[in-house]
Amino acid sequence: MKRLGDKMAAPMSIVEEIRTRVILQEFGVKNVHTTDYPGNYPGYDDAWNMADFKKNFRIDIVDMDENTMEFDMVGIDASIANAFRRILLAEVPTMAVEKVFIYNNTSIVQDEILAHRLGLVPIKADPRLFEYRNEGEDDEEGSEIDTIKLQLKVKCSRNPRATKDSADPRELYLNHMVYSKDMKWVPIGNQADVFADINIGPVHGDILLAQLRPGQELDIVMHCVKGIGQDHAKFSPVATASYRLLPEISLLETVEGEKAERLRGCFSRGVMELEDRDGRKFAKVVNSRLDTCSREVLRHEDLKNLVKLARVRDHFIFTVESSGVLPPDVLVTEAIKVLMTKCSRFLNELNTSNME
Amino acid sequence: MAGDCEKKPVLEMMQADGGDEGCVTYVLHNEDHTLGNSLRYLVMKDVDVEFCGYSITHPSESKINFRIQTRGGIPATEPLRTGLTQLNHVCQHVLNTFQARVDEFKGNQDQSME
Repeated sequence: MKRLGDKMAAPMSIVEEIRTRVILQEFGVKNVHTTDYPGNYPGYDDAWNMADFKKNFRIDIVDMDENTMEFDMVGIDASIANAFRRILLAEVPTMAVEKVFIYNNTSIVQDEILAHRLGLVPIKADPRLFEYRNEGEDDEEGSEIDTIKLQLKVKCSRNPRATKDSADPRELYLNHMVYSKDMKWVPIGNQADVFADINIGPVHGDILLAQLRPGQELDIVMHCVKGIGQDHAKFSPVATASYRLLPEISLLETVEGEKAERLRGCFSRGVMELEDRDGRKFAKVVNSRLDTCSREVLRHEDLKNLVKLARVRDHFIFTVESSGVLPPDVLVTEAIKVLMTKCSRFLNELNTSNME
Repeated sequence: MAGDCEKKPVLEMMQADGGDEGCVTYVLHNEDHTLGNSLRYLVMKDVDVEFCGYSITHPSESKINFRIQTRGGIPATEPLRTGLTQLNHVCQHVLNTFQARVDEFKGNQDQSME
């Protein structure tokens, strides 16, 4: 079968394809699971080889700014990449409001609704500088090493300088919108010295928490503790973290003219281009990374046998968006450390139980 | 091989076969697919392992049953220990590579800003 792929000059053998590619077909997806374990393929030595792994493994950072990062992880198995993704979502700790002491709430927002909203506000404090709080010992007071105290005290009043017939609440009332920037930090113990230059508080100041009218007020004290996303989603440090596999589109035949135009339209923009040769237009795959794999081409009877849609099984394109607590590269390093901690914990357990 | 009675056990061993040390089911507490699947992959890559699998007994309980069956009479703790150590080394290598690339990327960014 003659193939004009974008990257492959020589055709791939069937065995290589089963080992390394996930095939996207019209009614299903083939070769999803990793099968290269020792003994499965005669002639292949599939035992774990750390040197080979180090040789084939690479990370390429595509884009990084203060909140989002996109990077490629190549040469690793899906189980480990997925472990990193799961840990980013659920096991990297952050600080969030846990206990809300409501001294006065005369607004129309119910106590529990307001407490729920306060818990979801991301708090800009490095969780690595704090400890987990022990359960049940002190219910009221937290120590300086494990608790951050915040206060929210807002009272709404009528604006004496408003004109007689204005109907705009922004003019008529003072403090009628309670934003997260009104949550003020109250340092406990030596926190004032330790965190002198960092302003502890919510990451974003423009989150609307409640609306008030004249005479209503809020007087609330909050305790923030360290927790993980497994316990409650408010502790998750990422807006989201996801990965996708690198798509691979290969043309099985030469396609020209009007068919090439339609073929180009079946993929995301920038994936396929028409190149001009002797006045005739031929379809060519330029950048299959941009494709979203909608498999649109498989809906057309005359086009579906011209291309082969596949994904490279060990090439992961990660996208990590932080909620603002820590920069995304720090979150990824923390996630990898969490997995290492899990392994060490079980290794210690094995070693100590053996010595008994 | 459970922990102390006062402490919550983290790793238990339920031996299914009487005398055979090579077929063991471990119960790992407070774990789920995160460690289970990645550990299973690395234990399966061991040549001496005939069978390796894990299952979550009930979604409400956070523990996994991790079963290893070895060939040739090798005790099952060996592939488990090797798997955990290798997972540790893989993570260390990923961490080093990632940090190096991030520093390189930030260096390039600073250069292009000047």
